[in-house]
Amino acid sequence: MSTEPTIFEKSRSGRVGVQMPTCDVPVVDIQDLLPGVALRTSLPLPELTEGDVMRHFLRISQKNYCVDKGFYPLGSCTMKYNPKINDVAVQMPGFARVHPFQPEETVQGTLQVLFDMQNWLSAILGMDAVSLQPAAGAHGELLGLMLIRAYHVSRGDAHRNLVLVPTAAHGTNPASAARCGYKTVPINTDERGLTCIDDLKRQIAACGDNLAGMMLTNPNTVGLFEEDICLICDLVHAAGGQMYCDGANMNALVGTARPGDMGFDVMHVNLHKTFSVPHGGGGPGSGPVGIKAHLAPFLPVPVVVKDDEGVYRLNYDLPQTIGKVGPYYGAYLAVVRAWAYIAHFGKQNIHMISEDAVLNANYLRVELGKTIDIAYDRICMHEAVFSLKNLKAQTGIKALEVAKRIIDYGYHPPTMYFPLIVPECLMIEPTETESLETINDFIQAMEKIVAECFTDPETVKSAPHTAPVGRIDEATAARNLDLSWPLEA
Amino acid sequence: MSYLPNTDAERGKMLAAIGVNNIKDLFVHIPQAVQDAADYSGLTDSLDDLTLQRKLIAMSSNAADLNSNACFLGAGIYDHFIPPVVGSVCNRSEFYTAYTPYQPEVSQGVLQSIYEFQSLITRLTGMDVANASMYDGATALAEAVIMSCDLTKRRSVVLPANLHPSLRSVVETYLDPLGISIRTAAQNQETGATEIDTLTENDACIVLQQPNFHGVIEDLGAAVAAAKAVGAQTVVSVDPMSLGILETPGSLGVDIVVGEGQGLGCFPAFGGPLLGLFACKKEYIRRIPGRIVGGSVDTSGRRAYTMTLRTREQDIRRDTATSNICTNQALFALAATVYLSVMGKQGFKDASTLCVQKSHYLAAKLAAAGVAQRFSGPFFKEFVITCPAPVVDINKALLEKKIIGGLPLPGAPNEMLVCVTEQRTKEELDSFVDVLASFVKGEVA
Repeated sequence: MSTEPTIFEKSRSGRVGVQMPTCDVPVVDIQDLLPGVALRTSLPLPELTEGDVMRHFLRISQKNYCVDKGFYPLGSCTMKYNPKINDVAVQMPGFARVHPFQPEETVQGTLQVLFDMQNWLSAILGMDAVSLQPAAGAHGELLGLMLIRAYHVSRGDAHRNLVLVPTAAHGTNPASAARCGYKTVPINTDERGLTCIDDLKRQIAACGDNLAGMMLTNPNTVGLFEEDICLICDLVHAAGGQMYCDGANMNALVGTARPGDMGFDVMHVNLHKTFSVPHGGGGPGSGPVGIKAHLAPFLPVPVVVKDDEGVYRLNYDLPQTIGKVGPYYGAYLAVVRAWAYIAHFGKQNIHMISEDAVLNANYLRVELGKTIDIAYDRICMHEAVFSLKNLKAQTGIKALEVAKRIIDYGYHPPTMYFPLIVPECLMIEPTETESLETINDFIQAMEKIVAECFTDPETVKSAPHTAPVGRIDEATAARNLDLSWPLEA
Repeated sequence: MSYLPNTDAERGKMLAAIGVNNIKDLFVHIPQAVQDAADYSGLTDSLDDLTLQRKLIAMSSNAADLNSNACFLGAGIYDHFIPPVVGSVCNRSEFYTAYTPYQPEVSQGVLQSIYEFQSLITRLTGMDVANASMYDGATALAEAVIMSCDLTKRRSVVLPANLHPSLRSVVETYLDPLGISIRTAAQNQETGATEIDTLTENDACIVLQQPNFHGVIEDLGAAVAAAKAVGAQTVVSVDPMSLGILETPGSLGVDIVVGEGQGLGCFPAFGGPLLGLFACKKEYIRRIPGRIVGGSVDTSGRRAYTMTLRTREQDIRRDTATSNICTNQALFALAATVYLSVMGKQGFKDASTLCVQKSHYLAAKLAAAGVAQRFSGPFFKEFVITCPAPVVDINKALLEKKIIGGLPLPGAPNEMLVCVTEQRTKEELDSFVDVLASFVKGEVA
């Protein structure tokens, strides 16, 4: 595919893309309106017609892989189909074209979505209340930890500053803990792929009364349900800690089981994974936080309430609130999309999300497991983890190279090298919206690639061959930084 | 269900291949008591596709939207014009259903658009480098303040009294667990600008909002000079729309520029999702939070883009990362990129200029009608007026004329923050004045 020049290279002096109106009020010299204010003398923006702009962005769009084109076997990312009713909804004027500071009476339908979602997510997560304010999963983690901290401080336990985090956890967990002023204590994973209970007990004892809590992903980052979860929660609670659930893998549980019923006190859920909000090429996301009642006094303001007359209101009256983690009410349009997804399934069918997701993953585990090694040979949840350690030993080919070769067969690569505890790791999550034939086709492609590793290793090592560009020199990119197009001399 | 391809026959076939009898056999690791406790009666009945669409339309219709009402509300979220091509690009599946560009070979579209976004933001702000965007202007400011503390190894920051209350609240919430203290720079009660004389050698930075919450344009050069004198940094939260005419923060010596980019092609959308802007001097590049895209070449020597300086990020550095952020607002950064590209040099300057002309026309007409401005300092598109009646009452009267009035200021029920964008027509401005004038004359009880 040919290289598309930057938008700056396509600029031609004098071209206009939007004809702005002539000023319909008497024009006054800007210098007179803004006396003493420093004004800019040049504005180096490009000059193009609307057609130039459309063609440029359409051309570069063709270099992306996307869910609407095909299967993303990305473990931990839940790349499900993004329903098109959601796209229609987020264009509706009562959602897209309302201002966050409008009087409540003028945004009743707008507020209803937020109110419903606070309740629906509480029901799905098994929690007592929900804040929709976090803009992403990691943002939800930060809020959740801040709520735990506020709870401890309110009880005179401000010294509690240690958080237990499994070594296999997402990197955001320790990073969020650091942002909350906490230190992390790593917990090992045992040979089952689950939290090592002996290590957990040891570390809890070592933390003493400095234990603030534990962050745990469940199902965990190798796609397995932490079957000792009730015990884990009991151990942490007995030591005065709070249990945080990283809800990145909530798709395995929706409609089947609720973290609140397992003993978790607080959790986030990613609307852009579990509830069909598109990933947008890296955002925006949305990471609502669910909590048990004892953390409710500390929620960020405002929360949406319904008064006795059935009018939706924004309640700022939480005297113990931690404040705000976002400027308004969260990623509103993402919440609208998730509302539509949940409303479609409803109470009768919500269980089908987790059931089909887990069914697809286990089918893939068993069938693909005939070709490559399963990391943990047991029933998995919504994703299956494989190790190419033996393949590498036999052929010298790394997980990265296999993953890049998958591109040539028309798929996005799976998640690789995560979690770090599995050598030459490939993690695959098919989601509930992929069909049996898609999964079978993918398995066949993987079989062919494994065969190529033995018969034609060079083709695998130099992949991808059919992508818009080949492998990119990332070391040079980091050394010789080119982060913006230079201004014309 | 419309999105689930598995038929019952296929489900049976798959269960057999797995070697279990029942779907519930796949959930055996979840304690039975936990499964039994799950209660979904709080959800509503499943909706078919037609009913779902009808329900969404009904909810959306139960609001006074900005298509049918002239908006004079601003305070951080703005009703600026959005060229149709922004939607045409952002609604392409290739952009909005793509994943984060960790695999650059199949993500060049996203990566090039982010590279162009970074380029446009550096040009707009006059800064050396910009990141791939943040959640919103408020968290971008919190991140900037924390970065400034890391860079200067100081644990105190100065915020202006006239910082947007939501921004202030977010910054306070972020700084509290880190033990960073906040001092406040006073507001000149006549001009509305910040009094910059409270900096000490313990301060990491002074923050200014440009224009400030009350709409007044701040003297960034004075802040930079005062900060430099004590070895502190200057952090500015800017309304990017004002940069169509105002001198760039970069050329005035500002260290870190953040801002809310919603006005650059994104819907007001009840305040989210938003677009955080983050730009700074190049010497701070290795301490920047969030993603950064760089240009490089592929194995055949073709120009290509990739995420770079990844060793700052949480998935590699874990608890020593520069931030816990692992998302950017790629799709909204794309919207801003398309917006700035199609508005271009002339259109963007025109929009910015129209904001100044029209807001000043309104301020003058209001003054002539007996509604005075609260502050005397220069303003861009927002200003505070002292109303002849409580703002909530005035806004009710305005709404009858299909006008959404300005923001009642916290703690000052008769003061209104008014915003005029390029979208407001002379007719709308005159109607606004008429309603206010009727209150001055006592025609409205």
